[in-house]
Parts: sequence; C-alpha cells; structure tokens
Amino acid sequence: MSVLVDEGTRLCVAGITGREGSFHTLNNRRYGTNVVGGVTPGKGGQDVEGIPVFDSWADAMSEAQPNTAMIFVPPRFAADAILEAAGAGVELVIAITEGIPAHDELRVYNTLERDHPGTRLIGPNCPGILSPGKANVGIIPASFFEQGNVGVVSRSGTLTYQIGNEIARAGFGCSSIVGIGGDPVPGSSFVDVLELFQADDDTELVVLSGEIGGSAEEEAAEYIAENMSKPVVAYIAGFTAPAGKQMGHAGAIVSGSSGTAAAKAQALEAKGVRVGRTPTEAAAIAVEVLGGASVGA
Amino acid sequence: MDLLEYQGKQLFARHGLKVSSGKAVTSVEDALVAADEVGYPVVVKAQVLIGGRGKAGGVKLAANESEAREHAANILGMDIKGHTVRTVWIEHASDIASEYYASVLLDRSAKQPLVMFSVEGGVDIEEVAERTPEKLIRHHVDALKGLSHEEGAQIARDGGADADVVDGVADALVALYEVWLAEDATLAEINPLIVTPEREVKALDSKVSLDGNALYRHPENQSLSDKENEDPLERRAKEEGLQFVKLDGDIGILGNGAGLVMSTLDVVAGAGGEPANFLDAGGGSNAETIKQAVDLILANEAVKAVLVNIFAGITRCDEVALGLIAAFGEIKPSVPFVVRLDGTNDVEGRRLLSEAALPNVHSAKTMNEAAEMVVALAAGQPVGAPA
Repeated sequence: MSVLVDEGTRLCVAGITGREGSFHTLNNRRYGTNVVGGVTPGKGGQDVEGIPVFDSWADAMSEAQPNTAMIFVPPRFAADAILEAAGAGVELVIAITEGIPAHDELRVYNTLERDHPGTRLIGPNCPGILSPGKANVGIIPASFFEQGNVGVVSRSGTLTYQIGNEIARAGFGCSSIVGIGGDPVPGSSFVDVLELFQADDDTELVVLSGEIGGSAEEEAAEYIAENMSKPVVAYIAGFTAPAGKQMGHAGAIVSGSSGTAAAKAQALEAKGVRVGRTPTEAAAIAVEVLGGASVGA
Repeated sequence: MDLLEYQGKQLFARHGLKVSSGKAVTSVEDALVAADEVGYPVVVKAQVLIGGRGKAGGVKLAANESEAREHAANILGMDIKGHTVRTVWIEHASDIASEYYASVLLDRSAKQPLVMFSVEGGVDIEEVAERTPEKLIRHHVDALKGLSHEEGAQIARDGGADADVVDGVADALVALYEVWLAEDATLAEINPLIVTPEREVKALDSKVSLDGNALYRHPENQSLSDKENEDPLERRAKEEGLQFVKLDGDIGILGNGAGLVMSTLDVVAGAGGEPANFLDAGGGSNAETIKQAVDLILANEAVKAVLVNIFAGITRCDEVALGLIAAFGEIKPSVPFVVRLDGTNDVEGRRLLSEAALPNVHSAKTMNEAAEMVVALAAGQPVGAPA
C-alpha cells in the first residue's frame, strides 16, 4: 500500500496547457500515473498529447471522473482553482503553485473545512506526492526513490530528495513521499499525513522533515507521542537562521522567539523522536532503525 | 514586508483608525515646518524597523521650536541597533489617560485570524503574555465571516477596557481587522492603543507586516518598506528575483531549494564555519541564474570561500556546471569554491566541471564533506586535489 496516490489515482490538472503544467503532467503520465484530463478555461475540447482538456472542473468531473486534482496555475488563480476542483467533488487536491497570498490560503483552508469536508488539500507550494512504483503527482524526481516501507513527509522539496536518496542508497525504499509545502497555511499538516502513514500497512517508519516557522513540528511531536506506534525519525532545517528573516519559503521565518529549529527539535526529542542533526544523519538513523547498517550513537 | 511606523499609520488612517496627524521628514528644517503644521507640543520619532527606539533615545517630546530642532538634529542620523535613522515622524503630542494593546495576526496553528487585546499596553506584550496571561485576551475570528462590532465590544469588555470606551475600542479593533484583511497583512499591531482624557481611542504606534506574495493586488503598497536601510545586496537580489538573505559570516552559500539551503547553512555552521548568506537559486535554475547568483555572492567582500551545494531534482547538474563555467569566464573569482553536484545529470555535470579545470574549484562527494572542505578553505587551509 501507500498513501494518497496509487494505481487508483485518476488525475486531472489545472493549468495543463501551460509550459510547466504540461511538462510535469506528461512526466507524471510517463511514470504510470493515470492522467484523465486537464482544465483550462476557454480551451475545452483541445488535448495535450491525447489528454482531454475541459473548460471547467464540473465538465471534467462529468466527462472523466477524476479523484485527484493537481494545481499548476499562477498564484492569483490558484485559490479559485482549488475551490472549483473541490466543489466538483474531487477528493484530493495537490497544489504545486508557489506564491499564493496567505489570506487566500486562509480562505481556501476554511472554505474547504466548512463547505467541502470530503476534500483533502496537499500544499500549496509543495512538490507533490510520489508513491514509488505506483503513481507520481507533482514534480518529485522519481528516479531517486525506490519502492519500500519508509513514509516521508516534508515541508521542503529538495531536502526530501536528499534524504530519500540517501535512504535509497542504503538499500531501502519508500511507501510514499508527501510534500506538504513551505507556506504559512498548508492544506494538510504533518499530523494529517502522519495519521495516514500510521494507518498504512506498508509503512514501517516515517521520516519527518521540518523547518523553521510555525508550530507544525511541535504539534506533530504531541501527535506522535499519543497516537503513533510506528517509529518516526526527524530532521529540522534552519538552526542558524536569523530571526525575522524569511528563508526562501513564505512560511520559513522565526517570529520573535517562536518557530525556532532548536525548539522544534527539542519538542520532538522530548517525545522520544530521534532527530538527525544533518540530513545524512537523519537518513542514517532511519536506516539503523530499519535494521540496516548502524550509525554511531 | 515590514512597514515603518508612519507607513503603518497611513494604512490605519485609510481604514478609519484614529491616528494623530503628522508628517514624515528627512531634515531638521522640514521637521520644524512639520512641527509648526501639526502644532506644539510634538513628538519626534525615529523611523526604523527595530524595537527599543524609545530606550535608544529615538523618541522625544518637544515643547517648542528649539527643542524640536535639538531632537530632530540628534535623532536624524542616529544609529539604533545597526539601523541608521534617515526619517523622523513628527506628530502632535497626545495626552494619555490609558495605554492598551491591540493586534490582529494570522494564527498559523489555528488557521484563523487571531485578535489580541490587553489593557496592559505600552510595554513588551510578550512579557505580559508570560507574566499575566489572563490580561491578554486572545480571540479567534472566523476567517470567512470577519470581526463584528459586537465581537470587538466583547473582546474589549473581556479585557477590562473602561466601560465608556468599550465602543471606541471595538471600533478600533474592527478597523484594525479591516487593515489586516484589506491590505493583506500578516500582522497589524498597535502598542500602545491610547485612551485620551477626552476618551478618544487612538493608535499611538504601529507595527504592520504585509504579505509579499499579495503585493500584486496592492500596487500602492509596493513602494513601502524601509528602502534606505535595506541591505544593498538583498535589494539587488530582490530586483533579480533571487531568494537571498545576507548573513554575517565569510562562507558564501549557493544551493537549490529553500530547505536544502537552510540545511546547508546548518551543516556549514556545524563544521565550524560561518555562512555569509542564504541563496536559493530555485528549483529549475538554469545556467544564467547560477551565473547571477555567483556574481551576487561575490559582491559581498567578506566572502573568503564559496560552497555550491546542489541536489538536482528539476534542476540539472549539467546546467549548473555550465553556469559555473560561464560565471568563472566573466567574473574570475579570487576565492576558492567547493562544488557538490548530486542528482539529475550529476555525472555529466561533474565531467563538464572537471574538463573545464576551473582554477581553485574543488569537488566534494557529499554535503558533509563539502562543508568541511569549504570551512578549511575559508580558514586558509589546504584541502585535497582540485576538481
């Protein structure tokens, strides 16, 4: 098994006719993901290398029955695209778009909660979800990951590749890699994804990759202590980040004394979660727990 | 994007929050003209993006022209924790009966707007929250409904505002919420929110942060922020569309992806080095971006060595290598580089670099090894064979 995307995924892409959108959609299809359509207002009836394009999510739903949406439209259109897909009944919306205003994210999050509780949002500003050997939705380079029993959940794309690749080189694979994104109001938090991994038969261990800003890692620590029987290994980026400076991601900012990497690592360790000081160390701890080569204490 | 006090107050006024009339000026002469306009006594306030202005002597009351002249002359050009005062705000001094606190912010954890109010204003609110948390009212607002006057009045009453100003405080809270919402702010704070002897409720200070991602729908706000005190390299990076933060060390850092770059800073610090910057060249960086990035890093004269740490996903290592080769052709760096290329097309990237035989460029296999090498090089120690 795996979480969120697999052989049953029926993907439809908002922004499929754009340069980035078409490139990554076709990449996902080559990987084996079942891409059933795309949505671009005004371009209904066209196709992108055989993938039908619809004018609206309602049309896409009645013609192609997608269960997963990928959002690739520019920031100013992204909030409405997410809500339109949810309104059409899509269960899983994965928003890749970076640069969406925080207030739009707040509106989307609360509107989904109130009006579309059946829809789960992953992202925005995320690399997507890969279930190796099954489906890839987003921009995660699949070649770095093997199929296996490690679940990965991360706020950062490249850091995920770094850690996943080190795990693969040690001979282990992943059940699913879920990028929840680096924005201040993500649709899904660490806790939401940890819950899925805990329930997934194929996931034996979870690697959580966090960073400065907000309190999602602290909340994850509480959740792990109370609800998870599977081991979790963590990595936190940004120990040396100065306060008040946004470090690339909109959500990666230490505000006053809150949101520091040290506080996050401490919160996790206080609940018995082992935290690697470098990505390499985090991967090594994961490998050790899985019964691979041991690392020094 | 953080605003100066007077810029925040201008936004406040735009949404009906009461502020004292005032003027932002950059010279002593203009300060005196402004003081005449708003009427003595006036307050001369340093406009810098740093707390503790009052303690540093950057906020002074002037009863007459000679005092105003003296204070403006002292404050203009003053250094407050590394920020040079280039602008002062002159406003008519307010009589104060009470000092309250009010703010609206985005609560990332609750995923709702959070309104905070306290009658213990004019002091560090984090201290109030710590010592007497019961005196800081925290009220979550339904983001889809907004803040009603009735809710605002309840917050004022819960916080213990004087009965005769509950209405005025509610008006202020609703207006502050409107500032936060309409201007796409992530924080809108008033400390102190004062009550005058005439029982008027007024914002005596402002702290506003705007969401940079939303500036496209606020063209009138794009020119705000403290341009004069912005780091020149950070300003240049912004203009070139690079994610760059200037730091205090001597090791230049170039990587792709915010998380990986933050991690690179940590690993370099762990190896005993001090990063000179954060620079995320982005997910799909091409040769041109890499060249621009190298140029920016080397524009910082403190840099003694540079670490290029790439784990390529969408990025391709051969593109990064070509960018480095092009950059070296034009810039001819005088400091050593350590390059770690991993991921998409890494073999090709390393081959290109090795064939180009760039002077003083060292290749590393892992992130940890790269960090150790660059720290040694910055300290003037030799490392293994060049790439």
